[in-house]
Amino acid sequence: MHMADALLSPAVGTTLWAGSVAVGGYASRRLRERIDDRAIPLMGVLGAFIFAAQMINFTIPGTGSSGHLGGGMILAIFLGPHAGFLVMASVLTVQALFFADGGLLALGCNIWNLGIYPCYLAYPLLYKPLAGGSRSLGRILAASLASAAAALQLGAFSVVVETLLSGKSELPFGAFALLMQPIHLAIGIVEGLVTAGVIGYVQGARPELLEGMAAARPLGAEVSLKKVVATFAVLAILTGGALSWFASTHPDGLEWSVRKVTAGLGLKEAEEGIAPVLKGIQEWTALLPDYRFKPKGGRPGKAAPWPEREAGTSLAGIIGAAIVLGVILLIGFGIRSCRRRES
Amino acid sequence: MSHHIVEFKDVFFRYPDGTEALRGVSFRITHGESVGVVGANGAGKSTLLQHMNGYLLPSSGTVIVGDLPVTAKSRREIRRKVGIVFQNPDDQFFMPTVFDDVAFGPLNLGLDEAAVRERVLRALTTVSSLDLQDKPPHHLSCGQKSAVAIASVMAMEPDILAMDEPAANLDPRSRRLLIGLLKTFRHSKIVASHDLDLILDVCERCIVIGNGRVVADGPSGRILTDKSLLEANSLELPLSLQRR
Amino acid sequence: MTFDERYFDIGRLDRLSYGQTLVHRLDPRAKVIATFLFLLTVVSYPKYEIVALAPLFLYPVLLMTLGEIPVRFIMRKVLFVSPFAVFIGIFNPLLDPGTFAVLPGVHVSAGWISFASILLKFALTISAALLLIATTSFPGVCHALRRLGFPALFVSQLLFLYRYLFVLAEEAMRIIRARDMRSFGRRGTGMRVFGRVVGILFLRTVDRAERVYYAMLSRGFAGDIPSLRRSRMAPADLMFLLLMAVFLSGLRFFPVTEGIGRMAQEMFG
Repeated sequence: MHMADALLSPAVGTTLWAGSVAVGGYASRRLRERIDDRAIPLMGVLGAFIFAAQMINFTIPGTGSSGHLGGGMILAIFLGPHAGFLVMASVLTVQALFFADGGLLALGCNIWNLGIYPCYLAYPLLYKPLAGGSRSLGRILAASLASAAAALQLGAFSVVVETLLSGKSELPFGAFALLMQPIHLAIGIVEGLVTAGVIGYVQGARPELLEGMAAARPLGAEVSLKKVVATFAVLAILTGGALSWFASTHPDGLEWSVRKVTAGLGLKEAEEGIAPVLKGIQEWTALLPDYRFKPKGGRPGKAAPWPEREAGTSLAGIIGAAIVLGVILLIGFGIRSCRRRES
Repeated sequence: MSHHIVEFKDVFFRYPDGTEALRGVSFRITHGESVGVVGANGAGKSTLLQHMNGYLLPSSGTVIVGDLPVTAKSRREIRRKVGIVFQNPDDQFFMPTVFDDVAFGPLNLGLDEAAVRERVLRALTTVSSLDLQDKPPHHLSCGQKSAVAIASVMAMEPDILAMDEPAANLDPRSRRLLIGLLKTFRHSKIVASHDLDLILDVCERCIVIGNGRVVADGPSGRILTDKSLLEANSLELPLSLQRR
Repeated sequence: MTFDERYFDIGRLDRLSYGQTLVHRLDPRAKVIATFLFLLTVVSYPKYEIVALAPLFLYPVLLMTLGEIPVRFIMRKVLFVSPFAVFIGIFNPLLDPGTFAVLPGVHVSAGWISFASILLKFALTISAALLLIATTSFPGVCHALRRLGFPALFVSQLLFLYRYLFVLAEEAMRIIRARDMRSFGRRGTGMRVFGRVVGILFLRTVDRAERVYYAMLSRGFAGDIPSLRRSRMAPADLMFLLLMAVFLSGLRFFPVTEGIGRMAQEMFG
């Protein structure tokens, strides 16, 4: 599933954007170095293909519901990880713009969730070892299923984490994960089947194509395990940094999220240990001014953790909102009738 | 004016899957000639055209364009002299707008911006498509796209113009305009087509290809009126010459 | 939506994007930056914020009216993608135990407040994204991305994607229709048929890519897509950005809506 802007916080959104842009830049540079000229039109046209294929719904047997292609695995298999990632990012960009799937701020998250995991994890670590260069449909099927399922599980889990860290939803970690993971396991299996289907079809109709594409991919476009691990280690450090910034601007926020996570996982002791560390980080990295409304008297409810429950739902706020919306509507109609009179 | 010469010397070509598409093709086209290439489907017309700018290299024999034999090294240079317009404008029109597409060639020639702009505008005016310059390809009709495809090649001001089924997607009026346009093009022209009436109209000379060989080569007036020759090669007399 | 509907939907949005209103003529870079600033502002509001979001609706309203984008079209698209946000957000009222005193004596569950906040933010962010593409052609957005520093390789293939999107969608429609004509009423696309349709489309795609590459080579392509027109930002564009920045920061850091409401309260006792 796609992440949506409305559930995102600026911190999480910009962090994931930075991550996706960084990987995109890296992939572009690697491709630039030793790519075949013919790759650019091929990448673009394959992207259009994935996009068009995604518009075709198919019914999933047994459930009666309909699904559509994701495409990350197919792209990684046919183009290699770097080109596959860039094309997936493009497809998601077009989707975000034309279909508003999720939103533009969430695009960074979606590119990460739906691009990184299939291209840089599932493909090199699962698909290639399992399928090798094999032509056996059985092996291809197994490899496709495993890698698609894994990629989608990671993607779904990331959505859970991103939503949690953004703090706009009340869904507790455990429940959300329990909701997302099984659904995406089913979706992953379907994706694996379709992927295997396409590869099988191409292999049957034009086997030289698969070999040709593999051969045309320059050496070094493959990804080594060491690099993957090292990269994720660096990412972990960066994420830690981002989280501490997050903590600094939202006092109690990180603690609250961590509490939710740990409560979900049942790690009471971890809570106690982390709290003072977080407080330390918070004090050290306080950045943005703390914005809040003028506090009103008579706080309802219990002493709540972040966010502060003093948001503007006072009577004055409501009146103000009504006036503002009324004015905006007037302006809108005014401009529209001006335009109509002109034309 | 040797740079307008196209010469095939005993050219053989075999595809990777073994199909022999050309089996000893020889002919010479000189400055300013306009030549039609006709033949059945699969006779080798498109393959022939693809040899002219080095997309395909002969399995044996030589192709000479201007003073240069076509090789992997020389083909970049040769592509400045030979402009090819393909059958399907969608394959050829790949930039986001008409202007960008027509400018692609001149920019690749290394011209400066002002020169590029001038060439683009001139080319678009020649095909009567100046008002389309900011439109994207998918907003254009087939005929409009064909016109732009021709403009994009003419903007490179090639010495030799080769066209593969140029009128295939055109309505009668656009086709008439194309014929008029081709008649004004001074340099060497090579037109591969099933539209024998167009060839009769535009090309003084006609080469008939059959099974990868040159079956006939001579003035269009003679060849395109030779009923038995045409029918032996899965063709017919041009419609305008057939009795009702 | 069926395939046909989606296709015409994109087509319509795409056509709108080539308009010539003054909004359309703003520099794409300015619009991309403005959109992102707007989005960041909207999502930076805390969980329970509702009323402060009201003035932000001015932005999409202005874009729609000045840009002559049909309102119902945008609203329909916003509604169409809302299920996910609703689905996640609906848990807020169910799980949040706190309450707010809204009017004297009227208590509303805090969960509903945060749910409403999510919905409002959703409407704002989605409409802003749609209006970006509705008022800026896709190639315009791509050029903006290029000028803003995105890798040339990425942008080039994005442009190709866009160029061939419609071509491939039409090809897909043709394949589907051909299949439909031979299915005699059996509804829906089963997975095996889907696999085959997609497979055929894939092969045609690869062949087409080869032909496009040949066409590019024939016109002198040597690895880099050349580009023209380094346009500069006009004063109007910079003014637009400045206005946006002022508008957004003013709303974000000052309780404008409450202020207006308070003024109204004082005026009418």
